[in-house]
Amino acid sequence: MEFLSYLISGISLGSVYAIIALGYTMVYGIAKMLNFAHGDVIMVGGYISLTAMLSMNLPPIVAVLLAMVVCTVLGVIIEGLAYKPLRSAPSLAVLITAIGVSYFLQNSALLVWGANPKSYTPVIEGAMKIFDGKLSISYISLLTMASCIVIMIVLTLFINKTQLGKAMRACSEDKGAAMLMGINVNRTISVTFAIGSALAAIAGVLLCSSYTSLMPTTGSMPGIKAFTAAVFGGIGSIPGAFLGGILLGIIESMAKAYISTQLANSIVFAVLILTLLIRPAGLLGKYVPEKV
Amino acid sequence: MKNLKKTTKQDFITYLAVILAFIAITVMGDAGMLSRSFKGQLVPICCYIVMAVSLNLTVGILGELSLGHAGFMSVGAFSGIIAAMSLQAAIPSPVLRLVIALVVGAAFAGVAGALIGIPVLRLRGDYLAIVTLAFGEIIKELINCLIVGVDSKGLHIIFNVSGAKTVNDLHMLEGGRAIIKGAQGATGTETIASFTAGFVLIMISLVIILNLVRSRSGRAIMALRDNRIAAESVGINVTKYKMMAFVTSAALAGAAGALYGLNYSNLLATKFNFNTSILVLVFVVLGGLGNIRGSIIAAAILTVLPEMLRSFADYRMLVYAIVLILVMLGTNNAQLKGLLAKIIPTKLRKEAK
Repeated sequence: MEFLSYLISGISLGSVYAIIALGYTMVYGIAKMLNFAHGDVIMVGGYISLTAMLSMNLPPIVAVLLAMVVCTVLGVIIEGLAYKPLRSAPSLAVLITAIGVSYFLQNSALLVWGANPKSYTPVIEGAMKIFDGKLSISYISLLTMASCIVIMIVLTLFINKTQLGKAMRACSEDKGAAMLMGINVNRTISVTFAIGSALAAIAGVLLCSSYTSLMPTTGSMPGIKAFTAAVFGGIGSIPGAFLGGILLGIIESMAKAYISTQLANSIVFAVLILTLLIRPAGLLGKYVPEKV
Repeated sequence: MKNLKKTTKQDFITYLAVILAFIAITVMGDAGMLSRSFKGQLVPICCYIVMAVSLNLTVGILGELSLGHAGFMSVGAFSGIIAAMSLQAAIPSPVLRLVIALVVGAAFAGVAGALIGIPVLRLRGDYLAIVTLAFGEIIKELINCLIVGVDSKGLHIIFNVSGAKTVNDLHMLEGGRAIIKGAQGATGTETIASFTAGFVLIMISLVIILNLVRSRSGRAIMALRDNRIAAESVGINVTKYKMMAFVTSAALAGAAGALYGLNYSNLLATKFNFNTSILVLVFVVLGGLGNIRGSIIAAAILTVLPEMLRSFADYRMLVYAIVLILVMLGTNNAQLKGLLAKIIPTKLRKEAK
């Protein structure tokens, strides 16, 4: 029973990672850039929803929607101001700019909401008891897992069935050819950032509801873990991000429970390193051999 | 001087500039012209300069993005602290102990670099970047579990995996003292680092790196960066030269770490986290990839800048972030570059080159 409870908390944590990793992987697939500011968009989503619930007394669902709208706008603005001018610049320059954006978001949040951790009111409280109360699953875990699955299905349908999704796939394969076919590459990239940021807002609400504490640096570690998850599953691959996220969550939860709390992150990273040595492009990534 | 090669001349100018800067700062310090906070920054500035110069070897010269450079600094810092503190009774001279600590720090970081380099350098691009990040985090957590003490019988080391062990579990004899206390980090370290030592370390790193870059091996390393397949096809041993650059870079970072560690009486393992690696990477990129002189200038200015912005108080990191974004946009965006070219007269730019 204990094992089952760790497994469920692992899957729940993994679902949050998966939602964040989806944003990472989509942006990487299309813009070929590591968006280090993604983790901080999560934090902004958390703060916006908290402010909406506490100061404006809005119901949780409206707060979540508001956070999604704000983060989407934020994502598009960041992309337009900081990343779009660097479309043809070397990837390291874009990476450093992303780090700059990350610092900017963290320090803006510090000025607006202060450095002290704020306690977060979960969007739903309570837990479901099964097996005569031996196993209790909080509603927030159930909500997290359900959201992850719904997001995954909707996103897969969107990418495979809609015209915009087709444009996204075309851009990630070959930007030049996509442009020649009349696809507006810049707009497609903006849409990708918008979707990624909206997902980050949802992840922010779910993450803060599970851990009930929020500060300006809240987003950075989950951001790094989700990035790891995206690479673990094969960066650029949407099912890969989902699989990588869930597996990473389970590994972390099991390592905390059975091996060592102190070394949980190390174990997660060690698994990533081993995986990459055996499969250099991640679990579901396509390995493209170099041609001379 | 006329017979010297152009590159050699350039290198001598770099050495000379560093020496002059050292003399100027020392004279100003003796004359009491420097503020206390600036004096306190001198050793960290030296450490960050060595970190930036050594990371430039990996990122700029070898062309592999490393996001875990602070990990090597951490290995160097804590092994250096252990060496310096455990030899406190045996070697009374602090200068000699500092030298030993730096050498030990460099050696341990070099070994760590070799161990990490073997698997990491097989990967490419962003995958290599994430694995170096992962190693950096692993090193941080491992050192966070370390409890080390010294008594008359020698070193006592335990590894606190469960998180429940304390210094008492070392079972030291009377008169023994703890050097590293797990999550509390190194406490009670004797601060023997000095600005002069920092200057000497910078000079040594410069001599090592500039000579490596100008040598046959250096050309092989740069050939790997520019076109790996072409380099391989003319018989350059990829693993050998990649390892050479990576391990040298790690060892220098270890020495810088040892100096940094011996500058503070208390040091936490969490100090050397991902953000520190990124900070050093920012120095390297802003200074110019592969440009050693640029790394020195960027590291010095960007370490002092947040202090100088102190009057802005809460806004200083925000200003730092905005400056960072604007510099990247200004130097990499074609339109902005063109705009700058119109504003700054051509003659001036030619001279600057």
